[in-house]
Amino acid sequence: MASNSILVIGGGFAGLTAALEAAELGHEVFIIEKTPFLGGRVMQLNKYFPKLCPPSCGLEIQYQRIKNNPNVKFFTLAEVVKVEGSVGNYDVSVRIAPRYAGPGSPDLSALCENLDAEVENEFEFGLCTRKPVYMDAPFAFPQRYVVDKASLTDADKALVQDCAYLDLTDEEKTIQLNVGSIVIATGWKPYDVTNLTNLGAGAVKNCISNMQMERLASPFGPTDGKILRPSDGGMPKKIAFVQCAGSRDENHLSFCSYICCMASLKQAQYIREQYPDAEVTIYYIDLRTPGRYDNFAQKVLADEKVFAVKGKVAAVEQDKAGDDVWVTVEDAVSGTKSVERFDLVVLATGMQPSLAGTSLPIDIPVDAEGFIVGGEEKGIFAAGCAKQPLDVMKSAQSATGAAMKAIQTVRGR
Amino acid sequence: MADKIGVYFDEASLGGVLDIQKLVEGVQRKWGDLCPVVKIHPHLSSAEGRAMIQADIDAGAINAVCACGSSPRVEWEFYQFGPEILVDRVNLRELCTLCYNDPCGEPVVAGQTPELLQKMATDYVNMGIVKLQKANVPDGDMVEAVKHVLVIGGGWSGLTAALDVAKAGYAVTLVEKQDSLGGAAVGMYKTIPLRHPYDKAQNTGVEKKIADVQASDKIDVLLKSEIVSIAGAPGAYDVTLKVAGEERSLAIGSVVIATGWVPQETSYLKPLGYGKLKNVVTSREFEAMAKAGNIVRATDGEKPARVMFLLGFGDTLAPFAVKEEEARAAALAAADTKTKDEDEGPKTNFVKQDTYKHLLYSAELTSLTALKQANYVREFMPQGMAFVVYEHMMVPGINELYYKAAQNDPGVMMTKGVVNAVRDGGDGDIVVVLTDTLLGEKIELEVDMLVLPTAMVPTTALDPILKLQYRQGPAMPDLELFSGYADSNYICFPYETRRTGIYAAGAVRQPMTLATAEVDAAGAALKAVQCLESANRGMAVHPRSGDLSFPKFNLVRCTQCKRCTEECPFGALDEDEKGNPMPNTSRCRRCGTCMGACPERVISFDNYNVDQIGSMIKQVDVPDDMAVGGPRMLILACENDAYPALDMAALRGKKWSPYVRIVPVRCLGSVNTIWIADAMSKGTDGCLLLGCKYGEDYQCHFVKGSELCNRRMANIGETLGKLGIETERVQQLQVAIDEYDKVPAMIDKFVDDITKLGPNPFKGY
Repeated sequence: MASNSILVIGGGFAGLTAALEAAELGHEVFIIEKTPFLGGRVMQLNKYFPKLCPPSCGLEIQYQRIKNNPNVKFFTLAEVVKVEGSVGNYDVSVRIAPRYAGPGSPDLSALCENLDAEVENEFEFGLCTRKPVYMDAPFAFPQRYVVDKASLTDADKALVQDCAYLDLTDEEKTIQLNVGSIVIATGWKPYDVTNLTNLGAGAVKNCISNMQMERLASPFGPTDGKILRPSDGGMPKKIAFVQCAGSRDENHLSFCSYICCMASLKQAQYIREQYPDAEVTIYYIDLRTPGRYDNFAQKVLADEKVFAVKGKVAAVEQDKAGDDVWVTVEDAVSGTKSVERFDLVVLATGMQPSLAGTSLPIDIPVDAEGFIVGGEEKGIFAAGCAKQPLDVMKSAQSATGAAMKAIQTVRGR
Repeated sequence: MADKIGVYFDEASLGGVLDIQKLVEGVQRKWGDLCPVVKIHPHLSSAEGRAMIQADIDAGAINAVCACGSSPRVEWEFYQFGPEILVDRVNLRELCTLCYNDPCGEPVVAGQTPELLQKMATDYVNMGIVKLQKANVPDGDMVEAVKHVLVIGGGWSGLTAALDVAKAGYAVTLVEKQDSLGGAAVGMYKTIPLRHPYDKAQNTGVEKKIADVQASDKIDVLLKSEIVSIAGAPGAYDVTLKVAGEERSLAIGSVVIATGWVPQETSYLKPLGYGKLKNVVTSREFEAMAKAGNIVRATDGEKPARVMFLLGFGDTLAPFAVKEEEARAAALAAADTKTKDEDEGPKTNFVKQDTYKHLLYSAELTSLTALKQANYVREFMPQGMAFVVYEHMMVPGINELYYKAAQNDPGVMMTKGVVNAVRDGGDGDIVVVLTDTLLGEKIELEVDMLVLPTAMVPTTALDPILKLQYRQGPAMPDLELFSGYADSNYICFPYETRRTGIYAAGAVRQPMTLATAEVDAAGAALKAVQCLESANRGMAVHPRSGDLSFPKFNLVRCTQCKRCTEECPFGALDEDEKGNPMPNTSRCRRCGTCMGACPERVISFDNYNVDQIGSMIKQVDVPDDMAVGGPRMLILACENDAYPALDMAALRGKKWSPYVRIVPVRCLGSVNTIWIADAMSKGTDGCLLLGCKYGEDYQCHFVKGSELCNRRMANIGETLGKLGIETERVQQLQVAIDEYDKVPAMIDKFVDDITKLGPNPFKGY
């Protein structure tokens, strides 16, 4: 039977936008999110460029919209495992992993503190550990703990079993949904720095990725917002940004990741606000600050301690004796090579589509990089960074457009 | 009206810290019949807790729910009982027990509730009950919406938007100023790639779009037409058009503005030889030559063999352009004063945004165009050579692939570089002196033709276009902020502007490629359709989507002061000839700024009003003697950002003074100064307003709320001064949602400062 409902795969900013815009026009929507929380990548960002406003501000509005709209149903820890049917009438199987917690949102911080296990924190890009019962962020939505059962020690298990809100017997289940159209908003992941062998491959202690920088600057990050060197917790005085770390490079990502120039300019602001004496150098090929972002670039570059240098970074190496970082740069104009020492180096790592190296159980064309490049005739529409690299504003725009296409699909039959 | 309020306490979230039994008895004693059901549940936020409340509702015992426990921001799914049942969640967990900071530094022990904490909880419960008592179920202001969208502009974006609206099942009128459809796209020989694999310029396909529009039975195309005026509100606009010279009126539900761009005045390009050297052309002129199939030099009609596309200006252009810009602004101002002297025309909110910066803002498009046109050189003159000189090859994102493809042509020479001078080389040739290039520090290149970029100036920078018959003027507001683009100031919500029901698409919003504009138009089309459907249901649109409440005006007591009509951030209120506000509910976003502005307090929402919040404030028990019972301070907190920040602070273990009482408000703009006056007159020692950042990068979801509140604070200070109350007792602070680690200290500092001032002199009166 033809369905008026819309499936949205991915609960990040694009997915939330597509779902809400369709729901507010009266369509039932289902959001399928793989992780335990909605919000996606933007949850990990400290501020948005160019306004330097916090992402949780817009997310809070999105969550209010979800709470107030019965048309929106969301599933976390959920993955689409099977899609059958055709445009207008898809039967979708969704597998939901157990959360071992809820319903209700009790404050379990005391319990969490008493747990033994410390697990590498993916949300914090390995900058710190977390407990096996956790929430990613203060504004995590739903505001509900999740239990990482595999990581519990025996002692932890005993504590968890005693807690009335946690239930280790919770089991995986599969649900069936019938929808008329599908929006894929699976977003992006940071390009794996271990592939960047000339830039230290993630092994140089004080060379971090731009997403790690977001976590360091975040008030709920591992350092409560203080930008400190990972090796010694010291305050960096001389910082370099290496643009196009993986992007615009045939050996890595052939495309430009759209956001990195603006992100580095923004992060230069983070540093300059915290350290009035710090010097920031941005090594770039082209500074790509389209549209009115030019105003932001001009503002940041007017700072006499922020330098933008046209040059491709050839190597990033750790000091043989200490924790400082040496950066080898080839000047784009003169062609000469120079080597400089920094306290902290930030790799402006690009975005790779989440579908790179993996796939959805849906028959749609995907290019060599993992971007979705078709599917419209099947009533399947890509939104946001699943389709091409975009910033948040353009993702929201793309998601709204995709929602319109999905609506036309379910209405047109 | 809520006259049978069920009061429920959640034992689980109050963790044995509060004496809940005592709270129950307090409610029963104080409120009696108003609260016929008062219950404690071991775990209220659960299916069982919910079922218990539902049973009380079904039995007819109650018609409103006051749930005391965790924050209203969480566990919402257990507290929704349908549109007829009012619910208030009293936040005794985050904003009472978790944040409680004992003034003597004593830890809170279960079973031994500190008196101050119990008093705080009692105040909050009473405030919750009275909040419901003073609320009604909102009824919604339904508009019988006209399901017909007006699309202004028949170019690429307008055509796309019209097709998208039609495909969603709605009627469209497409208005185009020219005598044919297609806009700028029609003049293009080719466009940069629209889709994967993004490596070749292609035909735009605009002819197909035009044909589709013409074939659609849902789309009515009006050529040679312009907007004369737009009156009314979403769902019910009354649009007057001039169609081929004749006026016509049209009933419309919502509007997409897709009027695109015009090329920037070439006077800004004079330093680069434009206007003096005949073979210096703009990219727009070059495109026209390609479209005509005849790329030739103006001087001799010869095909140019060497063509340079210049994108790198360095410091050459800016100083001149700034001067030029100033001269133009001065001329405009002079012309303006003249017309003003001549006749006192109606006030306008339109300020022309004529700036050379549009050239900088167009960098992505001018870069892509240069790449495309360099390929034209190779196509039309196979032996020819194209030079592209740039500072930053501004091709972000996926278009890098096109850039890469363009680099593969050996006949296209690209270099970083900045122009130093442009000279006449004789015989129509042009010598361009470049610095900082990959070819050398300083080089001279002689070319047959020099192509300069065409900046895209949004049509809204030069003309109000919409011609709104709104009290606040004919144009989109805030154009200065956006250099004339009809853009949004929100990153998360790119379609939200200060004019509900009107959505911009394409290059009028931002400089963008055809591919992006296509998506953008679909998005704007959705918003337009969504808005008229919301109006039809009597619901608010973003950010209070689905809200049925709306401001009601008791005009009998209105003194025509016009504050509400002037201050509404969304221009929702017009005025009649006497100056009375004329509400247009479907333009309204329900922020309550009008309610905050009104000195006569004639504006109210069913579930949010001056009496309600005033009554809540009166429930705060202020001790007569500050030395014995401590001071009391009121905090009015923006519910969108400051309030969640407070929640988070508490959940992160932060604590603050137990002398404050927090009241969430829709927006600081909705704060009526009477609340502060009332609080101060009953002895409250201070009032703190916590709201969003204002100014250029404002974060207020209602644009102007926190800024307007700040302006009103000046008046409050004056009033307090007259009464002999220190003005510091009332303050507004800006808090972002992620400043949860800072806000407790802000509160404590405020409390300390006020405590040092001593008791409010009005205390005890």
